Amino acid sequence: MHKIWASVKKEVLLLSRDLGGIAILFIMPILLVITITLIQNSTFKTINDTKIEVLLVDNDRGEVSTSIRDGLTSSSSFVIIDSASEEDAVASVLKGDFQLAIVIPVDLSESLQNKVNDNVEGILSKFGIEEESTSEENDVKVDKQVTKKEVKLYFDPATQTTFKTAVKNGIDKMIAEIETQSIYKAFQEELGEEEAIFETESFITFKEIVPVKGEKAVIPNSTQHNIPAWTLFAIFFIIVPLSINMVKEKNQGTFVRLRTSPISYATVLSGKAIVYTGVCILQFALMLLIGVFLFPKIGLPELDISGRIGMLFLVALFAGLAAVGLGLLLGTIAKTQEQSAPFGATLVVILAALGGVWVPVFVMPKFMQMLSQISPMNWGLNAFYDVFLRNSGIMDVVPEITLLFLFFVITTLISIAYDKRKNAV
Amino acid sequence: MIEINQLSKKYKSADSFSVLNLNLNVEEKEIFGLLGPNGAGKTTLISMLSSLLKPTSGSFTINGLNYRDHLSELKQFIGIVPQEYALYPSLTAYENLAYFGSTYGLKGKGLRLKIEEHLEKLGLTRFSNKKVGTFSGGMKRRVNLIAGILHDPKVLFLDEPTVGVDVQSKNVIIEHLKELNLNGTTIIYTSHHLNEAEEFCTRVAIIDQGQIIIKGEPKKLIAEQPEARSLEEVFLALTGKALRDYA
Repeated sequence: MHKIWASVKKEVLLLSRDLGGIAILFIMPILLVITITLIQNSTFKTINDTKIEVLLVDNDRGEVSTSIRDGLTSSSSFVIIDSASEEDAVASVLKGDFQLAIVIPVDLSESLQNKVNDNVEGILSKFGIEEESTSEENDVKVDKQVTKKEVKLYFDPATQTTFKTAVKNGIDKMIAEIETQSIYKAFQEELGEEEAIFETESFITFKEIVPVKGEKAVIPNSTQHNIPAWTLFAIFFIIVPLSINMVKEKNQGTFVRLRTSPISYATVLSGKAIVYTGVCILQFALMLLIGVFLFPKIGLPELDISGRIGMLFLVALFAGLAAVGLGLLLGTIAKTQEQSAPFGATLVVILAALGGVWVPVFVMPKFMQMLSQISPMNWGLNAFYDVFLRNSGIMDVVPEITLLFLFFVITTLISIAYDKRKNAV
Repeated sequence: MIEINQLSKKYKSADSFSVLNLNLNVEEKEIFGLLGPNGAGKTTLISMLSSLLKPTSGSFTINGLNYRDHLSELKQFIGIVPQEYALYPSLTAYENLAYFGSTYGLKGKGLRLKIEEHLEKLGLTRFSNKKVGTFSGGMKRRVNLIAGILHDPKVLFLDEPTVGVDVQSKNVIIEHLKELNLNGTTIIYTSHHLNEAEEFCTRVAIIDQGQIIIKGEPKKLIAEQPEARSLEEVFLALTGKALRDYA
């Protein structure tokens, strides 16, 4: 035990003398989480401060185009800029000046109305309500044979798919509403009613039910998502300085001295594991403080940790152990800093991607979803989300923290076995 | 104290053996010098004797024990002073020594007194709280030596302990080693400084191409070699004047 504490003391001294390393360990994660949260905050806001300029080519100038224009304006996400021609609009979008151009075709309103009227008349005639058409009226109908119309959407090629999908769905919904209202209106006119006889508002509505803690709803926001995700990312980045620390010992010759001393490799690793896991916990505490105290001051949602501090630190401890285990393994195997640093950094990015830090696991392809199950960052992130967003109890996170702990044990045992095999005498 | 039987070492990437069928006995309280040109196999031999390298074949015992069966015991019994500065540059001399001392189970007041005693003898007391990274080559060599002897080893392996140091540092190091030897420590050391070895060692072995070509007391070796007036002349006569560059 005395040798472990001596190793701990040495590691603390080495870390405290490395100001650059401390900056990377503590300042970079803070900058990372603040930057990402500021960027992503708007996507979580109900009312968006940022408005996207959209080019509108209105060749219809009728009721439908007015409804689309009103719908976009009232969404408070868009600012409509009128464009005279489709060619100009397309050119501007392809240059990247605008993310989106909407081209409404000529006579869209009229065509829609004709189509609806035809359908309504057809239905009413089946019920014997509609008067018999004269041969002249039938001729007119033939002339009015309605061709399908399409609203064209031009996106900047650099636009993300999620944004495209959201806009497409929004416009689709708007047009569906306009069509519905037109149908109701046509029925009303055919039935000769002057006052509204149909309720045009949606009968079925949606309500999002969020988990409740006590009497308080746990409402997800960018902070609640980003602090755990990016803190976990930062925690796993510990493998870079840890593996560099170990490679330095090999290159400095101090490791040679340790190999000839009566101190086991497990003891040497224990000292490192204790100190670097402590660093992970400090990183986590710092991130929580930033979320609770700094975020509200810079206009970001405050991190809500009420009643969960113990659980959060428990998850952070096991996530830290898993990260340290990986760092010990990398440091044991790598021979140079040129091997350990780029490999470690890339590995963390891959594990983060697999773990769902950037893209949620459920939107990944099936094969990647399977792969994500073996990413320790996925276990850690799920455990954090369980605590932060799903209002879960300790038993709910036991499977994840058990996996994280096993990962630490297995990576450490592999490190010890590798060293023993390599340095057998 | 040390018995080496048919010891050989061939590195995986090498075409030939670095040490080949080497036999040697070193008696207790000897100061034994391993001399030889670059690439002769001195460091390989000392690395095997200090548990850093696994022999390809052959065996050796230290105080009747081998590493396979008595690793911890032997590590406590021996001390190593490697050729490179095996120290943490960002730690002070005291912090380095306290850590390496603790790996041998030393602690508390006993450890502190040991460190202070050696720092005093090697003229480093006033630098004990300075970072090793700021030290001159000679100062680093002296700290490197202390780190290997804090636990009072019975056998001390030194690989070029005075390379690249000034005359004063070299003198202090050699005097300190003589004192350790007088107190009962057996010393095995490699060096390119043949004058130093001639004066310091009780016996030497000249190694070339992994094999001992001659061994004995320096004065006797000089006397036995016709027209040789120093160990250096014996060395050149036996190993030749051709350059021994290798990569």
